[in-house]
Amino acid sequence: MTDSAKVLAEELHFPPGTDSFNFRDWFPGLSDTALANVFTTITFAVWLTVAILIVFFLWAYRKPQIVPTKRQWLAESAYGFVRDTVSVEVLGKKEGVRFAPYLTCLFLFVVLMNFWAIVPFVQISPNSHIAFPATLGILSWVIYNYVGIRKHGFLGYLKMTCVPPGAPVFIYPLLIPIEFLQNLILRPVTLALRLFANMFAGHLILLVFILGGFTLLQSDNLFIQGVSVVSWAFGIAMTFFELIVILLQAYVFTLLTTLYIQGSLADEH
Amino acid sequence: MIHAAEGGAGILIPVWQEIVVGAIAFGLLCFVLMKFVFPRMEKTFEARVDAIEGGIERAEKAQEEANQTLEEYRRKLAGAQEEAAAIRDEARADAVAAKEEILVSAREEANRIIAAGHANVEASRQQLVRELRSEVGNLAVDLAGKIIGQRLAGETATEQTVDRFLAELNDDTASEASGAR
Repeated sequence: MTDSAKVLAEELHFPPGTDSFNFRDWFPGLSDTALANVFTTITFAVWLTVAILIVFFLWAYRKPQIVPTKRQWLAESAYGFVRDTVSVEVLGKKEGVRFAPYLTCLFLFVVLMNFWAIVPFVQISPNSHIAFPATLGILSWVIYNYVGIRKHGFLGYLKMTCVPPGAPVFIYPLLIPIEFLQNLILRPVTLALRLFANMFAGHLILLVFILGGFTLLQSDNLFIQGVSVVSWAFGIAMTFFELIVILLQAYVFTLLTTLYIQGSLADEH
Repeated sequence: MIHAAEGGAGILIPVWQEIVVGAIAFGLLCFVLMKFVFPRMEKTFEARVDAIEGGIERAEKAQEEANQTLEEYRRKLAGAQEEAAAIRDEARADAVAAKEEILVSAREEANRIIAAGHANVEASRQQLVRELRSEVGNLAVDLAGKIIGQRLAGETATEQTVDRFLAELNDDTASEASGAR
């Protein structure tokens, strides 16, 4: 490698690492204050996500009609998808309709946040920062516990979640801690980690192929330079793959939250 | 540079500012959509279901009404057909009766006419016979008188008288026949 190539490679930060997830704050004057993390590309993407969703839905549903217009239909099918295929399907008609609005917000928010991973010039999802999935995971945790305690009372809910029915009593000392850990502690953690890890990995993979292409291009060997095209092609393929992950992870997050709520609402065994 | 991640497991430690931003942003999204959009969607769904169910109900009602009307018309049509058949039968019976009556009266008329003809003929004949009888009587008396008168005058005269009488008689019957005609 020549010296200039070395410098370039350093600028490109190849191979990508955890540093690749750090973003410059937008206002240098705030760099040393607590506000530094509030104005970044990541938070901008979050605000833009929320703004897009709010503006679209308010605009599309300004004048709802029995026979929907195209945009009204679009808004309705977004809500109807979560409402009918997730919420009502899992929770039943009454509770399903009750929780559908929150679950739809959750789904739309996660989808759009994930979507930044493949939007040109941004190409990183806020969800690849653990803070956002963690917030959503904790919210889901609060909701399903609150719903369970409302329905069964605190002790009744604890008993329901921690003591599996039909198990022999002598195995309780082993079962109860496991169930407690699994149902009341780990659920939000796994929710958050699953989403975070998928988006994090997706970002890394895109970086590997795209930055890798540039790195190959800096080689002195013509053949290796040519291989960079293959690397970019893979980068594009991975972008499509990422699109699937984006939708799938949003769906999984929403579906699991619904299932947890359903578990809390279930009648005592 | 913001160093959210200090390498390794550091990426798993959330930046608290981001949690705040995420919570506020998501909270705002939930608030707006759950307050202003989704309840209205539910209302629209309900209105739509109402509209569709109402439409189906209205269609069913209309269908039922149409069926009733059709039934009524069929009944009326059947009634009308029966009535028409009855009228036709009656008319046919009337016609037969009328024909019968006409035939009977015609036959009676004919019989009467024939009977009257017979009576006439009989009367004429009677009259003729009566007239002939008196005529023949008179003639016989005339002839007898003439014969008796001539006997005296001779045989030839008698013969002439008879011949004359017969010729007269002939003339009389001829003139009488032409007169009767």
